[in-house]
Amino acid sequence: MRQAAEANGQGDMMRAVQNHQQEMADLEAEPEASDLESSMSRAVESAVMQGLFGGDMHRRAFLKAVGAGTAYAAIASMFPLEEAKAMAVEMAQAGGKLEKTKLNVGFVPITCATPIIMAHPMGFYKKYGLDVSVIKTAGWAVSRDKSLSGEYDAAHMLTPMPLAINMGAGSTKVPWTMPAVENINGQAIVLSTKHKDKNDPKMWKGFKFAVPFEYSMHNFLLRYYVAEHGLDPDKDIQIRVLPPPEMVANLRAENVDGYLSPDPFNQRAVYDGVGFIHKLTKDIWDKHPCCAFAASKSFIDENPNTFLALWKSIMEATDFASVKANRKEISKAISPKNYLNQPVTVLEQVLVGTYADGLGNVKKVPDRIDFDPFPWHSMGVWILTQMKRWGYIKGDVDYKQVAEEVYLATDAQKLMAEMKLTGPYGTPPKTTYETYNIMGKTFDAAKAEEYVESFAIKRT
Amino acid sequence: MSMSLQSRAIVLSIASFFAFAGLWQLLLPAGTGSAADMDPAYAALMGATAKGASAMPGPLEVGKQIWEHVLNPFYDAGPNDKGIGIQLGYSILRVLVGFGFAVVVAIPLGFLIGMSPLFYKALDPFIQIMKPVSPLAWMPLALYTIKDSIISSVFVIFICSVWPMLTNTAFGVASVRKEWLNVAKTLEVGHLRTAFRVILPAAAPTIMTGMRISVGIAWLVIVAAEMLVGGTGIGYFVWNEWNNLSITNVIAAIFFIGLIGMVLDLMLSYLARLVTYTE
Repeated sequence: MRQAAEANGQGDMMRAVQNHQQEMADLEAEPEASDLESSMSRAVESAVMQGLFGGDMHRRAFLKAVGAGTAYAAIASMFPLEEAKAMAVEMAQAGGKLEKTKLNVGFVPITCATPIIMAHPMGFYKKYGLDVSVIKTAGWAVSRDKSLSGEYDAAHMLTPMPLAINMGAGSTKVPWTMPAVENINGQAIVLSTKHKDKNDPKMWKGFKFAVPFEYSMHNFLLRYYVAEHGLDPDKDIQIRVLPPPEMVANLRAENVDGYLSPDPFNQRAVYDGVGFIHKLTKDIWDKHPCCAFAASKSFIDENPNTFLALWKSIMEATDFASVKANRKEISKAISPKNYLNQPVTVLEQVLVGTYADGLGNVKKVPDRIDFDPFPWHSMGVWILTQMKRWGYIKGDVDYKQVAEEVYLATDAQKLMAEMKLTGPYGTPPKTTYETYNIMGKTFDAAKAEEYVESFAIKRT
Repeated sequence: MSMSLQSRAIVLSIASFFAFAGLWQLLLPAGTGSAADMDPAYAALMGATAKGASAMPGPLEVGKQIWEHVLNPFYDAGPNDKGIGIQLGYSILRVLVGFGFAVVVAIPLGFLIGMSPLFYKALDPFIQIMKPVSPLAWMPLALYTIKDSIISSVFVIFICSVWPMLTNTAFGVASVRKEWLNVAKTLEVGHLRTAFRVILPAAAPTIMTGMRISVGIAWLVIVAAEMLVGGTGIGYFVWNEWNNLSITNVIAAIFFIGLIGMVLDLMLSYLARLVTYTE
């Protein structure tokens, strides 16, 4: 594996990345990969031999005369055998000839995008023969527009966005897909330090809150949370849309009382001494999805092999991020200006989960953010029920059909089984639907409409 | 005192700069938290702000930051991290392209409007409506229709900088002295010749004023546009540092933006002096 990677021209990569790759190879010893490599190199060797010596007889005679080792060495001196082998391995890993290797993948600089970002400095894209530029994007609306315009081949999006784009809610209607979830958990409700004594949501009447985007888990989770406490999110509190860095500044300026936002901006509020963490979203719904890796259907149809290689690199990066022992190293890799542009301390608190809560306590929550790539259909259905509940989509919704069109869970099952990922979420589940318990309330995707009807506070 | 006006002005400039820096340093707000009552393990997880330092940097800090940018202006560490020189270069290039297109469109059109009262009356309502529209309002529309972020930002510069040049050109052309035109008429000079030999030189100072206003607007617009679309440029730099809540770098960027804006204006005012002729 390592040999193949070096032949690909990774020798000039940063030392840290090399170390990481050695560790990966040592720790996770990928038998199937090295099997693949050796069988591929045998195939390449014999193909070259056959090309050089037309008939079987000649070849065997030659090999017998000089010995196989000497023969290959002699051939390697005039034919780039190693490069040919590396290329063959790369093509076999990606699943065919790549239609294009230079890709633009957009991301919004938050820790949810960790796998998409780290795949660049840590060499996951390169491993699958891709030259990916990860491009920082100013916000979700711009990311959506640049994806729609084709400037991005694929992008980091919020899990509700592909559903919304596919249905034409808040944008033009374009067939969109979500091959993988980026992160689960990883958000928090932050309140201004002046509200230290208001830890009960019932005391929040009249509060101004911020979320990063309308079609976001942040918006739906905040609405769900306050509604469960008897507050109507449209009447009793105000919810504004603000870009995450401006949330911290607005909290400092006392323009908002709190927000439900992606990290590192929750931890950043604590780090800068302007807010405290009221609740991790993990405590509202453990293992809830948040951000996604998304691509248009037309990109997949036009570049099936490239897409597969990209998908595999994302899956592998997500799998790597799900291993808690790797999180410190990841924090360092994604903190520079080119990526998240944040202090390493802040990122480490988020990714490792040993953090200051803003009230003077050091807390240890290792799964504060976690990385499970599987795009459950049931998650898609839950999101659609909330979009229906709050009036973002109207009329009859075929929940399952939309979720199954957009979330590529069935394909993900096959891919994950084939890739044999080793992380805690590496084994694909047998089904694509599961039930959830969210703040004591059970959600069953088969009874989506009843679920929407069951809420006391709703817009339908 | 026998100092010349020039040297007295320089002394006053320097003195006011130091007064400003001193005032800035004095008025820095105190931090919100304090480190004294913090558990050391907890304090290690907190930033300077929470430990009692101010989020607002002092003039020395900003100066140091600016110096660092000046020392290494052209490094390139990936698509999202480039030196300030490269970022400014991208922005200037976009401004020049957008402004160039605006010149090509605005000056002939302004001529037409200035020479024909009919066109003036017919087009005036459109100009008045388009002139006050902010670049940020144009941007989503441009992104959506043009589907390319770089062309969109150039388009936004174009659409925002075209109006001052248009109105100034029209005004300059319309207010060329009647006597000069009458002289041209008596001498039976052709229309084109009148336009190039009489009207253009006479209107040139007004046109140049329009161009100066426009280039200022273009430079103003590019920062907003790049903050929105991201990618490259000084606007992106500001946004990226804002994302890191680094006020020091934001102020450093403001300094560079001001500096380049001044240089652009000086260049056009030099050009203006070349075309102005005394009566």
